[in-house]
Parts: sequence; C-alpha cells; structure tokens
Amino acid sequence: MVYTFRGGIHPGPHSDPGYKAATNTKPIELLPVPDQVILPVSMHIGAPASPIVKVGDIVDLGQPVAEAGGFVSAPVHATVSGKVVAVEPRLHPNGSKVLSVVIENDGEDRLHESVHPYDFEAMSNEERIELIRSAGMVGHGGATFPTHVKIQSGIGKVDTIIVNAAECEPYITSDHRLLLERPEEVVGGLKMLVKILGVQTAIIGIEENKSDVFPKIEQLIAGDPVLKLYPLKCKYPQGAEKQLINACTGREVPSGKLPADAGCAVFNVDTVGAIYRRFTTGMPVVRRVVTVSGSAIVEPKNLECRIGTPLEKLVDACGGFKEPPNKLLMGGPMMGNAQFSLDAPVFKGTNAFLAFCGEEDKRVEDPQCIRCGRCINACPMHLLPMYMNVYGKMEDFDKSVETGMLDCIECGSCAYVCPARIPLVQQFRLTKGKIMAKRAADRAAAEAKAKAEAEKK
Amino acid sequence: MYDLSKVVVTSSPHIKSDEDTRSVMFDVIIALLPALAVAFYTFGARALAITCLTVAACVISEWAYCRVMGKKATIGDCSAVVTGLLLAYNVPVNAPAWMPVIGGVFAIVVVKMLFGGIGKNFINPALGGRAFMMACWTALMTSFVAPHTNLSVIGSTADAVTSATPLAALKNGQLPDASILDLLLGQTGGVIGETCALALIAGGVYLLVRKVITINIPAAYILTVAVLTFLFPMGGQDRLQWMLSQVLSGGLMLGAIFMATDYATSPVTPKGQIVFGVGCGLLTVFIRYFGGYPEGVSYSILIMNSLVWAIDAHTHPRKFGYPAKAAKKEVQG
Repeated sequence: MVYTFRGGIHPGPHSDPGYKAATNTKPIELLPVPDQVILPVSMHIGAPASPIVKVGDIVDLGQPVAEAGGFVSAPVHATVSGKVVAVEPRLHPNGSKVLSVVIENDGEDRLHESVHPYDFEAMSNEERIELIRSAGMVGHGGATFPTHVKIQSGIGKVDTIIVNAAECEPYITSDHRLLLERPEEVVGGLKMLVKILGVQTAIIGIEENKSDVFPKIEQLIAGDPVLKLYPLKCKYPQGAEKQLINACTGREVPSGKLPADAGCAVFNVDTVGAIYRRFTTGMPVVRRVVTVSGSAIVEPKNLECRIGTPLEKLVDACGGFKEPPNKLLMGGPMMGNAQFSLDAPVFKGTNAFLAFCGEEDKRVEDPQCIRCGRCINACPMHLLPMYMNVYGKMEDFDKSVETGMLDCIECGSCAYVCPARIPLVQQFRLTKGKIMAKRAADRAAAEAKAKAEAEKK
Repeated sequence: MYDLSKVVVTSSPHIKSDEDTRSVMFDVIIALLPALAVAFYTFGARALAITCLTVAACVISEWAYCRVMGKKATIGDCSAVVTGLLLAYNVPVNAPAWMPVIGGVFAIVVVKMLFGGIGKNFINPALGGRAFMMACWTALMTSFVAPHTNLSVIGSTADAVTSATPLAALKNGQLPDASILDLLLGQTGGVIGETCALALIAGGVYLLVRKVITINIPAAYILTVAVLTFLFPMGGQDRLQWMLSQVLSGGLMLGAIFMATDYATSPVTPKGQIVFGVGCGLLTVFIRYFGGYPEGVSYSILIMNSLVWAIDAHTHPRKFGYPAKAAKKEVQG
C-alpha cells in the first residue's frame, strides 16, 4: 500500500519528476573544512541563544559557544576548533543581520571534552533529553523547531513517531542519500526515540521515488514490532507535517494545534541521525548534508559541510556557476528563501542550496483569475485559495479567514498550478500580516478602553 | 568572487508550472476540433466558413474593445477564440453569415468585456450571444437543414429545404427518425457543433486527461438528464431508447462538456460543481418536457450561471483539521 493525502502537486517534467536526477545518485561528499565559520545565535525557532565566548577565546570542536536563551531555544556549538575572531551581527540566510560567533579554523579539529560516547541504556529519560537539548538539536527539515521541546511536550501525548523521509521539495536529495548511505544511523536514532517517548508505533515515511532505500531499511527494521516502513506517494507537499501525519495515520491535526494533539511526533531524517550520533559519539550538531543543485551549478552534489560554512565555499566545491545566476535559494524552490549574497552561512536547517540561471520569468503584470479551480484542487489544506485571494485583496478579513487564510501553510501548491500566474502565496502572507496587525490593534484598543473605564471608577 | 548582479530576490514559491491561461484555452480549442471536423463532413464548407467568421468577429471585437478603452490587449489568452467556436457551434449552418458575427460582437463586448473581461463575466459569453440571437432572430435560429444539404459556402441559403431535428420529435413524445448511431455520429439536423455526440465526448475525454476540467459537472449534468428521462419517458416510449435519444440529441453533450464547464461561470468547489450539474440537468429536462422551446440546455446553463457565487458560498469544502459540521465558522481566535 502507498500512503498519501488529498490535494498537492507534481512539480517537474515527466522525465525528471521533482528535478532530483542531478544529485540523487551522487554519494555524499565531505566538503573541506573552511578557514572560518559563521555561527548565528539564531538557527532555530524560538529565543536566540546568547554567546558565552568572547573574541580571542580558543574553542574546541563541539564546544558550546552560545547557550540556549530559554526553553524554546537551542545552544550553538563550535563546528571547528580555533579562535573566536568576532562576535558581531553577520548576514543570516533569512536576509537580515544576526548576532554571530565567527571562529577562525586552526585546522586541528581538536575535540571538546564533552564529545565522547554516552551509554544510552544507562541514562534516565531526563538525562537523555538533556543530552539532546545540550546538543543544539533542531528540526533539520528546515522548520528548525528545537527537538527537545518536541520530545518533552510529546511524552504521554504521543503514541506514534513518524520519521519524515518524504523529501517532497524538488531538487533536494540530502535525506535520500543519508537514508541510502547511513540507514543504520536513522534506524538507530529512531529506536532511541521510541524508548524516550515510549511509543508502540514508529513509522518511517519515504516517498516512492526513493524506493532504492527500501531494502536496506526493511532489513534493519525486520523483526521489530514497533518500526514500520511506509512508502508514500510522490507528491508535494507530502513532507509537510500535517499532510505526512494524515497520510501515515489518517489523523488530522486540529486547526491551530500541534502534531502532539493528534498523538504524533514527526522528526526529520537528519535529526534522527543526529540523535544517534549524539549518543554514540557525543558529537553535537556541527555538520549537515546540503544538496547543491539547480541549473546554474556546474556540477551538482550532495555535500556534507560544517554548519557555519559560507555558501560561497559550496559553490566553489561544485565547480562554480555556468553563467551568472538569477536566483539563489536556500532550501527548496517551493518554500525556500531567496538569497542575495554568498556570504550567508549554512545553518542547521539548510537542506539545499540552489542556483538558477536563464530561467523564464513567469511573473505577469496584472494577472486575471479565470476561476479554473486548480488552486482548490491542489490545496493540501482543502482551502479556497482563489477566494482567499479575492477577499484578501478586498481586505475583508472575516471572509478571508472563513475561506482558510489562517490555515494556509504557504506550501505554494496553489501558486504553482495557477495558469493566470497570480502571486497567491505572497498575497496570503500580506493578508495574514494585516490580520495579525488588526487583531493586535483591536486587543490594544480593548485594553486601553478597559483601563480608561477602570480609571473612571 | 562570483557575479551576482543578475540575482533577483522574491518570496517563495520560486517555480511555477508551464501552464498558463493561453495553454489552457489552447487545450479547449483542440478539444473542440473533432466536432468541427464532423460538422465539415456533415454540413459542408459553409460550417467552416461560419465558424471562422464568428471566431474572427469575437477576436477582433475584443481587440477593438481594448483599443477603444485604452486597455492592454487581451486577445493573446485565446479565450475569444473559444467563445467564437462555441458560439458558431450554436447556430444552424443555414443561418445567414452576418448573424453569428453580430452575436459574436455582443458576446464579447456586452457579456464578457463590459463585466471586466476574462474570469469576470457572470454568464457564459457564447450562451449570452446565443440567447441574444435567439431573441432577435428566432426563426433563423430555429430552422435547420438536413445533413449533406448542398449549401452556398457564404451566400444566401433562403431557398434551402429545412428539416426537423431529433429534438422536435422528442418534444412531441416521439422517438426521432435518426437512429442512435446517427445521433452518435452526428448525421442529423441541428446546429453546427452539437450533432456528433462521439466527437464531443472525445473532446471531453481530452479535457479530462489534460486536467482542464474535472468530471463533476458533465457527469452530474448528463446523469441527471439520463435518470430523469429514463424514469419518465414521454408518449409511452421504451425507457432505454427514450433516454438514449434524449441524452444524445440536441445540445446536451456540447452544453455539459464545453458550456457548463466554463470556468468563469461555473462553481469552483467540487460539491458546488455537482449541485450545478444536477441543477442544469433538472432545468434541461423541465424545459424539454414543459417549456416553449424544444431545447433547454442553453437556458438551463444560463440560469445556473447566475447562481454560481451563491452555490460556491454554500459548498465550501471542509478545511483540513476542522470538525465535519462546523467547517463554515472559524473556530480559532
């Protein structure tokens, strides 16, 4: 049986569905360690970490350089050994400048004292979660939600773990290669998660275009009553958390709630591997696999690089650009962030770096909706994008919300299929911002009114 | 250092399917061609001439409208070609050539462009044009010649011998002279594009395969007509024979596959499309059984066109993560 959800799209030509052919057969290559790494204190959702080193400090590989800034936060570790040369705002892949610890590599890769194997079986659950937290573990799929928070808040509520190996974003093959080359890390990490969360079902959901990994995974999970391999239909956004849960379990995460409310916890392939490595080697999050691809890249590759490596080094390692690129993306083409500089570093959520040249500019002036309804059929949240666009433009916020504005996950499926080429997702982001601003203003007005009335009395 | 001078920054998504409005309309044009080929075979070169004239009238009037109103020309999306084809398919081949030309100008300028152009018109332009011609030149719109009648390619046809259509027989509770095979192959009297059910179905299959339309509206429409006529045959006719004749005669296939599925004037929600199709089917049978005209397809669709926004508003699909019933009211604060 092949599992899936209703809605979604199939990007890419028939000859190369998902544009993955350029890198899905390329083994993971180690990128030489750069001279300098840039480590932003904000590589996760939640409070930024606060630096605990100063300029001139000598740090070891795996040594914490910034500690978590709260419960929903994650520490940052030195990804090379060497000297701290700057603690200052640097360009972050999100386009703004973020406080970063810059370390000059001394080339020794001297391990920090905390980096040694841990005895998973002998540890209490609290100790295990603390070890995951202190490793700076976040969701490596791109959302970068701190892993320990997901685990902590899931204990007792969650009965199913799902490993997200859908990798539905076009071009990206980093998870595919990890599953193929290091399946024991993924299965090993998953077994640890099963023990920590105490669940009876753990599903590895893999899209069918990666069927070459099925035999190895099946062999590794054979005989285990808890672990299951679910082939998923190749469809975007199969790897969106809510759609994946729906495909694997038939459950729907209630609107505005978390996966734990549907009894599920979803972890990215690389995150699960990082958990395994944390216990078996003691290494915190210092590396990750990045797919470098796109029409402008001379030789597309899957590169394992240190976090903090400037993007320029990745381009160097792939032979540079064929011709000057007109689009640079961190992440996939459906939900990734456009970049304007190669100075930004690889961060914990970077699964791909893509560069395109000579792409046809498909934006049109004054696009006209022809009411074809493709957006409605494509929407994986079963919303009405066409009407959301109309009401959003009219600033009719009630109708916008009724047709689905606040449930939109911004996957871009509607905009992808729109033959009129209406910038739907962009309109939704704008409208969401306006709705939030209006709600904040309404709240402030209500509070001010209440305060004024209280003073009158 | 790399040359990044050409880099553009936009927000996601960054890729887009190759499909655009023009390619969609192109698919519709391709789907309409088999019926035109049969019309050429059945009614001769005049069918082609009238079709070309009507298409030209539609395209030129859209271009001229944009020009006069100082708007960007919109004929590039090819939607006027589709309107022209559909309008031409709705006139008898023996009608004077000037009639569909005036109908085309009306369809484009009044029904489509005055309401804001593509996607904004609330009734189907071709059907609006047909209704206009029906009101102005009822006799010319309702006299038909037999298949393979020799007609002047473009000149007068006033001396052509007219014949009855299958629908006229059905109106009187009789089965048509034409066999079911004739109806399938279009060897009967009727307007240019409606006679050959097979060619229209082939076009419909093409549209389904190319995902230009979904099956909801045509299926709901045709099934409703089929069920009603099967349950209530007139004049004590054999149910099956009656039902097949009703379904394959007149404009039902053309209407259900190409007119009722017009994007701008049909619902976008799957449930709404079924409601719309069933409504069209009910009205068609009512008009065919009880109305003044033998054919009810175009007026049924026009009536349902005017209800589209209301149908959409009441058939919102259940949003992901919402309880089954309370889908209409937003629950999160």
